[in-house]
Amino acid sequence: MSALLEVSDLSVEFRSRAGTVHVLDHVALSIARGETLAVVGESGSGKSVAAFSIMGILDDAARIPNGQVQFGGMDLLNANRRDLDEVRGREMAMIFQSPRTALNPIRKVGHQIEDVLRRHGPVARGDAKRRAIEALEQVRIPDPARRYDAYPFELSGGLCQRVMIAIALCCKPRLLIADEPITGLDVTTQATIMDLLAELGRETGLATLLITHDLALASQYADRIAVMHAGQVVETAPTASLFAAPRHPYTAGLMAATPTSTTSLDALESVPGRIPPLNADLPVCRFAERCPRRVAECDDPGPRFDADVQAPDHYFACRRPL
Amino acid sequence: MSGLATIAKRLLEALPTLFGVILVTFMLTRALPGDPAVFYAGPAADAESIAQVRHAMGLDRSLPVQFASYVEGLAAGDWGVSLSTGRDVTEELSRRLPASLELTLLGLLIAIVVAIPLGVLAATRPNSWVDHICRIIVTTGVSMPVFFTGLLLVYVFYYLLGWAPAPLGRLDFMHIAPDRVTGLYLVDSLIAGDVEVFRASLAHIFLPALTLGIFALAPIARMTRAAMLDVLSSDYIRTARASGLATRTVLFTYALRNALLSVLTTLGMVFSFLLGANVLVEKVFSWPGIGSFAIDALVASDYAAVQGFVLAMALLFVTLNLTIDLLYAVIDPRIRAAS
Repeated sequence: MSALLEVSDLSVEFRSRAGTVHVLDHVALSIARGETLAVVGESGSGKSVAAFSIMGILDDAARIPNGQVQFGGMDLLNANRRDLDEVRGREMAMIFQSPRTALNPIRKVGHQIEDVLRRHGPVARGDAKRRAIEALEQVRIPDPARRYDAYPFELSGGLCQRVMIAIALCCKPRLLIADEPITGLDVTTQATIMDLLAELGRETGLATLLITHDLALASQYADRIAVMHAGQVVETAPTASLFAAPRHPYTAGLMAATPTSTTSLDALESVPGRIPPLNADLPVCRFAERCPRRVAECDDPGPRFDADVQAPDHYFACRRPL
Repeated sequence: MSGLATIAKRLLEALPTLFGVILVTFMLTRALPGDPAVFYAGPAADAESIAQVRHAMGLDRSLPVQFASYVEGLAAGDWGVSLSTGRDVTEELSRRLPASLELTLLGLLIAIVVAIPLGVLAATRPNSWVDHICRIIVTTGVSMPVFFTGLLLVYVFYYLLGWAPAPLGRLDFMHIAPDRVTGLYLVDSLIAGDVEVFRASLAHIFLPALTLGIFALAPIARMTRAAMLDVLSSDYIRTARASGLATRTVLFTYALRNALLSVLTTLGMVFSFLLGANVLVEKVFSWPGIGSFAIDALVASDYAAVQGFVLAMALLFVTLNLTIDLLYAVIDPRIRAAS
């Protein structure tokens, strides 16, 4: 299976008053066509930064010292702005958390879809409107012709997220990055939005990079899961094998902290400690401080895993795996 | 609610404000030092003739009675007679107001045309040379008093370089004012098709308008920069960028229109500052506007003229605020929905 998106060895730093913050450390991710990869981690683990670096919408203070992002044969990190703009919105698109603020508050949602349609191909005036309404229809917005004229403040959070999805998918991209797409929506809406994404993904052969802090959600919708901690990918595996046998202590900790239908709330355990400050000198393994299985050799320099014990589709960055 | 009904409602809401303005101005002019009866009776008058003048002017009646007759007159459209010029206050004001408005509006236009692009440029390139220039201009603009800027411009462009005409009003004696349609010489001369008068009035208005423009530029540029920076870091701009929209679309269709909401508030404030600054600029450039008229009236204890000036200003403010609110509704659908 050839990868549609291949992120390798990607590091990102932010220059700030408190020194250089090492937000991503040699991150590797890959997504095949039509596949759903979930990137899971607590806040501050660098999930969103990874997504932003793929889309090329990092803050100006960010610097990328090393790494590659290959998308459909294109080197995104070294592409010029014009080529990148051709790809963004057409080949790969992104939806964000808090859909209300992610839409332009003073522009009709129909026009916001049209802006993207027009940008990525010659569209006749009447045609643009028809296609925008189709895009609204595709995300199951009731009465799309009327909603075309609506402003974001006139729509519910769930409808706004549907509009976001319509904007993202109107040019039929091959990759959708969904950054916490249901955070801030009420629970029933969350399920319908996730089901809609899964359904549209199946219909159009879309690959999805789902960014979430919710391991249970990831297990439900993703083919594979990458677990991130403090800017490092600690484990990547197909969903089933990850849940069957997590190898990294952090993954195991996250699972113990995730409620399921069979565990009681009392049985839940939190992962002790917190993500280390990323502006200091960091140890080889950024989880070491919180790790119950830490041994002296964890602090030795060099790669964080033993290449011999890795399964081909199950990567973990630990010297003393479970 | 329809647009007209909104406007009517807003105008009705302005009535208490206007009444307050009328009352306070009336009280304040009475509290000012100086006795108009003494002033108009002349230096040679004795106590008896002063009393006669006072009686003739109605100033010997009690304040409430004076106020009642003043309001009664206003209701009938009679703003009183200016004692220093002997003409109706309404006539004086309507003759001079266009001169002030033309000056203020052109000053504001100059400020907007320079400040908004400057603010946008500074916001899109923080800490670049454009940003530094913007900061220097803003600081200079706020720290230079208008009369000083005015005198400086006159000194450089009239006295030293000789590029500008003498600062002696709207036109020199070689030109005849165009037929009055709007009262704005720039517009009227164009309506009359008289290019030469247009050019002459432009030459005359340019320096005073520039003086006001420099004064107004600072707050507008600063607000544009701040609002643009704020908007550019917002989520929907990130969405627009992630959708690959062209820089032009992101900057103007998405960012600037949102930033203009804050800029518009500032514009309203700046316009009212300008009306105040006008008084000084009109003095420096001998501009026959209502500002210089008001100063003269104040010095002469010309009650009716002062009251008329303040009332005219209040009406102007009410109109201005209404215009700004209507513009808001044009830009922001949320406000349209709320009203």
